[in-house]
Amino acid sequence: MTTDISPAAPSPAPPPTAEAEPGKEQNLLQEILSGSWLVSVLAIIVALLLGGILIAVSNAEVVEAAKNLFAAPGSFFSTLFTTIGEAYSALFRGAVFDWDARTAERSIRPLTESMVNGTPLILAGLGIALAFRSGLFNIGGQGQVILGATIAGFLGYALPLPPVVHMLVAALGGIIGGAVWAGIAGVLKARTGANEVIVTIMLNSIAGYLLGYLLKQSWFTHTASANPQSRTVDDSAQMFLLLPAPFRLHFGFIIAILATIFVWWLLERSTVGFEFKAVGANPHAARTAGISVSKVTILVMVVAGALAGLGGAAQVLGTEYKLTGGISGSIGFDAITVALLGRSKPLGTFLAGLLFGAFKAGGYLMQSQTGTPIDIVLVVQSVIVLLIAAPPLVRSIFRLPTPVLKRKEA
Amino acid sequence: MTKVFGSFVANDHIDLTVEPGEIHALLGENGAGKSTMMNVLYGLYDADGGEILIDDEPVKFSGPGDAVAAGIGMVHQHFMLVPVFTVAESVALGYEPTKNLGLIDLAEARKKVTEISSRFNFNIDPDALIEDLPVGAQQRVEIIKALSRDAKILILDEPTAVLTPQETDELISIMRQLKEQGTSIVFITHKLREVRAIADSITVIRRGRIVGEASPDSTEAELASQMVGRAVSLTTEKDDADPGDATFQVRNLTVVDKAENIVVDDVSFDVRRGEILAIAGVQGNGQTELAETIIGLTEPRLGTISLDGKNLVGESVKDRLGAGIGFVPEDRSTDGIIAEFAIRENMILDVYDRAPYAKGLNLKSSVITEEAKKKVEEFDIRLGSVVDPIATLSGGNQQKVVLSRELGRQLRLFIASQPTRGLDVGSIEFVHKRVIAERDSGTPCIIVSTELDEVYGLADRIAVMYSGRIVGIVGADTSREALGLMMAGVPAEEALAATASEAPAAATDAAEPTTTSANHAAGANENSATTSAEETK
Repeated sequence: MTTDISPAAPSPAPPPTAEAEPGKEQNLLQEILSGSWLVSVLAIIVALLLGGILIAVSNAEVVEAAKNLFAAPGSFFSTLFTTIGEAYSALFRGAVFDWDARTAERSIRPLTESMVNGTPLILAGLGIALAFRSGLFNIGGQGQVILGATIAGFLGYALPLPPVVHMLVAALGGIIGGAVWAGIAGVLKARTGANEVIVTIMLNSIAGYLLGYLLKQSWFTHTASANPQSRTVDDSAQMFLLLPAPFRLHFGFIIAILATIFVWWLLERSTVGFEFKAVGANPHAARTAGISVSKVTILVMVVAGALAGLGGAAQVLGTEYKLTGGISGSIGFDAITVALLGRSKPLGTFLAGLLFGAFKAGGYLMQSQTGTPIDIVLVVQSVIVLLIAAPPLVRSIFRLPTPVLKRKEA
Repeated sequence: MTKVFGSFVANDHIDLTVEPGEIHALLGENGAGKSTMMNVLYGLYDADGGEILIDDEPVKFSGPGDAVAAGIGMVHQHFMLVPVFTVAESVALGYEPTKNLGLIDLAEARKKVTEISSRFNFNIDPDALIEDLPVGAQQRVEIIKALSRDAKILILDEPTAVLTPQETDELISIMRQLKEQGTSIVFITHKLREVRAIADSITVIRRGRIVGEASPDSTEAELASQMVGRAVSLTTEKDDADPGDATFQVRNLTVVDKAENIVVDDVSFDVRRGEILAIAGVQGNGQTELAETIIGLTEPRLGTISLDGKNLVGESVKDRLGAGIGFVPEDRSTDGIIAEFAIRENMILDVYDRAPYAKGLNLKSSVITEEAKKKVEEFDIRLGSVVDPIATLSGGNQQKVVLSRELGRQLRLFIASQPTRGLDVGSIEFVHKRVIAERDSGTPCIIVSTELDEVYGLADRIAVMYSGRIVGIVGADTSREALGLMMAGVPAEEALAATASEAPAAATDAAEPTTTSANHAAGANENSATTSAEETK
């Protein structure tokens, strides 16, 4: 993680404290990444159980029944289980398959909605995961998504171009937007050693306010409206639908699949990815092996930002169609969770992105049908992060054995 | 005191008896289970079977505190000291003599330090900060710490690994004094020379089992073969060098560190094709920086480095590797390997983007695996599978992976820093053979080593560094004494003149460490001199 580009010798003296900090971060990263799939799955289960408790507590009927717990325990438990069951079945029906729907189309639509919601999460999550694997904490997914959406959206209505070409140009603009935004953090880290966590977080804020400013400029929004939002992107720039209406599934999902394959190739089969991983795992050895740590740092951030920017582009060109202050929602932050849950592996990130997309899609139905607040979904997501960041906690809950230390005594 | 373990992975039914006032050496290769055993003894690990008896009384330790209370003191290989504490504070740490109100009674601690220090001529100022002390003095602080708690049994885990020859000498005399005062010492090491110099009795451990007792009169070759389990040659067979052109030249090289201290000072030398230049010296005299500057990890302030007529200064590490430099870094685990990476990936760490391993941006996975398997065969690396993480290998096998990578291509220059550090006798033998084979194929080789045995085993010429300068470049037949003086900064001519007056027989003995019978006859005087020249990691 060090970006020692100064000509001075790394003396045998203890390294300065500035280097100790990133070292610690790296241990934490490795700890998180070395957790098993089992821990991920168990984290989801624990989170859902905790969510169930919250659903019960926040439900008036259950609370009422609890008052008569000793008089009528049966009714308490039946109310309890019915409430939780209904909430989660609504979540499932909203996210995967709705057996109560009137038409066949409507019953399979939830799954495609999950895919729609998952698309930007997968793309941004891949960007975060790639950086994690390379030893960098890219917390700037949010800013990179915003920049990607901003530029893609602007190009989407500002340029007169033929269909498909227009979309590709706009998407490319999104890629560049995210890449440049993350690249700033990469260059600062490589040239000055500035901590990428702090820089990317600051860039998130800057991106948010930048978009807010732009949305008030009529040259940018192409509208006369006083509302802080832009014109709708041209049809030619929209990511075309993969299925006819009412489905909203668009080409962005295909891009997400392609991006997943690309990141897999990059990390597992390319020389560039070899450099990324080498720098992530042991920058000293990478440097000794002739790999330029500063170059890799910049390149990792650029590629990570490009993926997040593409996520933003997919959101504006495929789902929202116009820029608003809230275009990125919490995609950039959820993407961090997605990457963590996916163990920073491409396929894992893809699946985790789908899962989070499903939570989002199902949360709406759960709220409208059972009155369970959608915030429960947020709690479930947060608990997943918490548990994944602390594998020993999950292990102790389920009494799993501690993984044996691989390193032999020299 | 008897100690038995049952079904312990690292220690298999080991019995060990230490008499009062005895120096008992525990000899074994790296990973033989020496340190594990001592950690059990010190209460750091739980034994899975067996018992510890002190004066025939069985004792049970649940932590180091119990062991200390029972009179066992331990000096770890890596000191357990807080750099910003004073000596007195360090000694007080852990048992803290207190005054009223729970205040630490530092005066008491200071008194103890002064008392013990003067008893053994340790020369330690109780108010000095740990970080200001040289390594040897820090070790003495650890010993004082153990003694201040009335340790009757002192465990020294690889105590000489970090010491200069002079400090090693001092330590040995300290150990003798302690012994005279009735302290038992368990001395863990894999260095044969030291064992023979001070041990009263020797226990040899191999793969967690006791393979035998040895007497201090055994020759080094006998001890080594007992330790490894087969006959080993301590000197590597090699023909005389047949040097060619000096294709590698360093001129007026000056390197400064981050704090602007000069670490390499106006160094010039040549290495010819087909010869090994060993760079000897006590650790920290600029050798590490010199090697890192040659490979390009550090840029020099002044001077040139030229290989095959081309100046390398300013070129990137990658370009220098491309120019045919093979580099074995000093700190294997930090700079040489990536622990999480598979063995086969570590084998291509600095050639991953070249043919045949890569085509364009694509890594050729099957080629990488095939080549890795070939190297495993060629370098006799003991492993499960080439896709396992390298962290699953022992240090010796990890080093073989590094060597297989660096020697596995056509080289124009080979540099190895401490190539056998932390390796066992068997692996050292192998590594030396490979380096000599590389020399014989015509590659100029530079070996940076603080171990004189290694220097003598490999070198065709020896450059001695002291305080960033090359004190002199001498032939491989220079005596140990002369090298020792040069390592302390005495110019080559003076050192040679000073030692030339001594018996010529002693000088040749020192240069040939295996001719141990003659070595013995040379007497105590010579014996301590060779010990002082002992490796100084």
